[in-house]
Amino acid sequence: MASDTRMNDVREELVVVPLRHPWRWISGAVVVLVIAGLGWAMSEAQIQWEDVPGFFTHPVMLEGLLNTIVLAVAAQGGAIVLGVVVALMRLSANPVARWFAVGYIWLFRGLPVLLQILIWFNLALVFQNISIPGLFSVPTNVVMTAFVAALLGLGLNESAYMAEIVRAGLSSVDEGQTEAAKSIGMTPLTTLRRVVLPQAMRVIIPPTGNNFINMIKGTSMASVIAFTELIHAANNISSRNLEIMETLFAAAAWYLVMVSLASIGQHYLERAYGPR
Amino acid sequence: MALVEAVGVRKSFGHTEVLKGIDLEVERGEVVCLLGPSGAGKSTFLRCVNHLETIDAGRIWVDGVPVGFRSAGGKLYELREREAAHQRRDVGMVFQRFNLFPHRTALENIMEGPVQVLGRRKAEVGAEALALLERVGLAEKAGAYPAQLSGGQQQRVAIARALAMKPKLMLFDEPTSALDPELVGEVLDVMTSLARDGMTMIVVTHEIGFARSVADRVVFLVDGAVVETGTPSDVLDNPQQPRTQQFLAKVL
Repeated sequence: MASDTRMNDVREELVVVPLRHPWRWISGAVVVLVIAGLGWAMSEAQIQWEDVPGFFTHPVMLEGLLNTIVLAVAAQGGAIVLGVVVALMRLSANPVARWFAVGYIWLFRGLPVLLQILIWFNLALVFQNISIPGLFSVPTNVVMTAFVAALLGLGLNESAYMAEIVRAGLSSVDEGQTEAAKSIGMTPLTTLRRVVLPQAMRVIIPPTGNNFINMIKGTSMASVIAFTELIHAANNISSRNLEIMETLFAAAAWYLVMVSLASIGQHYLERAYGPR
Repeated sequence: MALVEAVGVRKSFGHTEVLKGIDLEVERGEVVCLLGPSGAGKSTFLRCVNHLETIDAGRIWVDGVPVGFRSAGGKLYELREREAAHQRRDVGMVFQRFNLFPHRTALENIMEGPVQVLGRRKAEVGAEALALLERVGLAEKAGAYPAQLSGGQQQRVAIARALAMKPKLMLFDEPTSALDPELVGEVLDVMTSLARDGMTMIVVTHEIGFARSVADRVVFLVDGAVVETGTPSDVLDNPQQPRTQQFLAKVL
């Protein structure tokens, strides 16, 4: 009899019940509720929503946006160049270079960015002139503008992180690649440029994109030395009309726009250097 | 004068001495196979010939030039890495693990040396590279990336890449050891034809059959020293030393 039943199972067209996913529906409903609640709270908030778009495109805000972009790109660009140099020193056979790199990373990674910005900005308090005796001499407070102080603070700190990222990338490339390059007579520099770095990029790009996104937001610290980046711009606007939250929301929107664009750029870069 | 002359070559890694005074001469056009158990120092010696390793004592000359040194005024000056690179142009090397550049096509791998190292024009190098691919039987794979090739195909491209530099000497470091058994033959065929064309070759291998049919001379190494050397028929069929006899009894 038992075998009869099995035979019937095989012969008859049985209804197949697909696996149900009730928790997807339940969690989805919870999320919709939370968002709706937040939306309701926002609509009840004592905030002039209609003023936000105006602040978003306010000339002062756009100036802050431009300064933020220039500062972030310059600091990150400088940090990448410095980071490659320090990483190469860190991997060098020269013990002096190696220890210099270790000390460099220790120092610039070890201090808070905000502190570094403040130290650069206040340098004129202890050094009135920056000079190399016999070569040049300039007054510190002329050179050390808010932009330069922020660029040094952000860029040098980031260069220490970039050095570690680049080092990880270079170390990830198989030793056999360097040997193959040597065996066809390549010099160390050509080997780096043609063989090792292109392969290291796969490891270097994702954390660099991550750091650049951090850098965009990190420029906000330059507001404490009155550099007109986005937050300082927002404060400048709200000091006149007291619409603090409205201007901050407008600045927040710009940060999200920049970070989204950076993420998209990173995606395409990763694809360009992806595996063959 | 012999193309390769090695005298008293010693090399230690830490406290382990892996080469204990190797003497070896390789004549122009000669094919020498280095045989021996693993850990005998065969690969290390080969890498010393190309200055991928420095040696602690002794000297190696390739075509009369001391490897890793520049001689002037009765003194030998140790070379910088950039200068050593110049010396390596004349010596081709094929690795156990192929070491093709994975981000470049087969053709680009072959062109890389002549274009980047010798500074030659891409157009004229491209034609030569294609001819080399044809020579190793892979003309239709010019645009393929290494990951799209089998191990045997990758190794043949690696041989072509080394040949593109028009070397005086070719070093093979266990070129078939990382290959599936059915792919070994295609690589050995390319090496055999290269030997027939008169290329000077030093081959570290476990392929006794290849050594027997292609080598002019077989050198048997154990524990960093040459134990026995001679023609393939002498060493392989009529070994005099007990260590050679033991080894051959296991692999034949």
